[in-house]
Amino acid sequence: MTMVRLSELAMGQQGIIEDMDAEEPFRQRLQALGFRVGKEVRPIRQALFGGPLQVRVGSVNVMLRRNDAALIHVWAEC
Amino acid sequence: MLKRIALLGMPNTGKSTFFNRLTGASARIGNWPGVTVDLLSAKILLGAEMVEVVDLPGLYDLHGFAEDEQVVRRFLQNNPVDLLCLILNATQIDQQLPLTLQLCRLGLPAVAVLNMADEAERLGIRFDTEALAAGLGCPVCHVSAKYGQGFPETRDTLRRVLSQSPSTDLQALRADFAADDALIAEAEKLLARSVTIPPVLEYGLTERLDRIVLHPLFGIPLFLLALFLLFQAVYTLGGPLQDGMTWLLTEFRDLALAPLQAILPGWLYGLLVEGLYDGLGTVASFVPIIVLFFLGMALVEDSGYLSRIAFLMDALMAKLGLDGRGFVMLLMGFGCNVPALMGTRVMRSRGLRLLTMLIIPFSLCSARLQVFVFLTTALFSPAQAPVVLFALYVLSFLTAFATALLFKNRIGAAAEPLLIELPPYRLPTLGQVALRAWREVYHFLSRASRFIIAGVVMIWLLTHLPPSAAVGGPDTLAGLFGGWLEPLLRPIGIDQRMAVVLLFGFVAKEIVLGAMAVVYGLEGDALAQLMTQQMDWVQAFSFMLFTLLYTPCLSTVATLRGESRSLAFTGFSIAWSLALAWLVSLVFYQGARLLGF
Repeated sequence: MTMVRLSELAMGQQGIIEDMDAEEPFRQRLQALGFRVGKEVRPIRQALFGGPLQVRVGSVNVMLRRNDAALIHVWAEC
Repeated sequence: MLKRIALLGMPNTGKSTFFNRLTGASARIGNWPGVTVDLLSAKILLGAEMVEVVDLPGLYDLHGFAEDEQVVRRFLQNNPVDLLCLILNATQIDQQLPLTLQLCRLGLPAVAVLNMADEAERLGIRFDTEALAAGLGCPVCHVSAKYGQGFPETRDTLRRVLSQSPSTDLQALRADFAADDALIAEAEKLLARSVTIPPVLEYGLTERLDRIVLHPLFGIPLFLLALFLLFQAVYTLGGPLQDGMTWLLTEFRDLALAPLQAILPGWLYGLLVEGLYDGLGTVASFVPIIVLFFLGMALVEDSGYLSRIAFLMDALMAKLGLDGRGFVMLLMGFGCNVPALMGTRVMRSRGLRLLTMLIIPFSLCSARLQVFVFLTTALFSPAQAPVVLFALYVLSFLTAFATALLFKNRIGAAAEPLLIELPPYRLPTLGQVALRAWREVYHFLSRASRFIIAGVVMIWLLTHLPPSAAVGGPDTLAGLFGGWLEPLLRPIGIDQRMAVVLLFGFVAKEIVLGAMAVVYGLEGDALAQLMTQQMDWVQAFSFMLFTLLYTPCLSTVATLRGESRSLAFTGFSIAWSLALAWLVSLVFYQGARLLGF
């Protein structure tokens, strides 16, 4: 397993959250929606023109922008 | 003293559905100490006792910084609550438990309600209710808020816990808002102990729908198509209903009101029937269209589609210095600009918020819609009318976008992190949609009637005073105002009488049609007939462009002022919309005339 940023995962590729660089209050919002160390995340799709990512974490689907997703470090599954 | 139950839960848990089913449609909007927003509450009979149920905003984290989360905290700190009713989405229980534990730790009597229990069961989620109740320290009920299963038991549990609840100690509660770090670890443990979740949880239908709705290429065209179909449906279904309403109003006038002419003095009959009744009647004939429109909006809002639109449009909006939420606010503005402006509170960056507030007034609200429906029906063929109407919606977007593009650097909208949940699609029940639409229409009508009655009477007076002048003529007060404005409005094809109408449109667009009825002394079909003689389609479109773009109404201005807390920004917003309205109308009118139309 290699450590990458969430924004670098391929669509459908699973990762396990290792660390989040996000500052408060964004960090708190991430946590409230289920982003925590050790949780599995999976980008599902990306919107056109470099738009946001749809990411699944647990049973929840969220959208977040690529630059914000880059704040989340994950262990990529091969 | 009246006991109080507070409903709490995350967004998309069906909390409002639960509230509606628990309380019936008796809810009132009220003000609460310490809280600046309106909350829905209702008094219901529980057992032998009347209790008050308050629907608090959805929250993700009791200690969060989002506006809604602060509202909940302030409410709990300032208003004694005897029972917390915690609504959980049973299909997303893993995400919801930390908040539930937070709320249970407040030390208030609580009942946890697992909503969508039926759906969770189908997904293979099994609950050990006793373990869950023991871990949470409160009773747990299963319901389906949408279909009403489990409600008698839930009512009973609420009544039982409430009868045992001691009076609330607000001091202790305030102290309790301090520490909660171990909660998340505890939630994980409790989850492992009491809930079994299959490893892969698939929302089959949502997944399949998203594959189409969020498709990289077809997503946006599909959205535009859906929008067009929605308005087409409102227009085709609403037309005949509107005709029926007009017929009813005219019949009533002829049968019941016309005989009054013999009894009442001439001026009073004029004021009451030709002023008030005709003015109100012209607006009232649009109620069916407004109802249909809000039904459509409620359907879109409750289905979970709005956050998908934010997803689709975010990249485009980012280029304009905004984000996907800004686009959703524009859509909300189709109903009414005022709540859309208040919705920008979720944005933390002031620049981003101001820029979004600057473009929302260009959103074609339902009050403007009725003016456009009236004029397009009068001046265009049945085949052209919906296209003209759609063109106005497109223009509404284009001017909003152009405004953002022009001012994004000046206002300095700094991007902020964006995180939006994409909830599973839900098909709202007919009752849910109807209830929502009813609330919106009620709001529209109460607002409209307030403005219209005063406005229509004012206009009648202006067009009839001084008594020596010919009615509606150049010597009346209205003629005088119109005369002043004429040099400014002549180049965009608007005559002196329509200038008076625009003057009143500044107060509220709901008045515009009533004002026309009074200014021309006609209503309904007769007024539409006259309009075709008074102006050609170029003038009418120029008038509509101006109506679309200039300041929507005084309520919007007041909201802009209140939300921005800046007089300079509010003044700028008004000046810019007036300037843009005039320029766009000028370019269109003179351009069309040059081309020989």
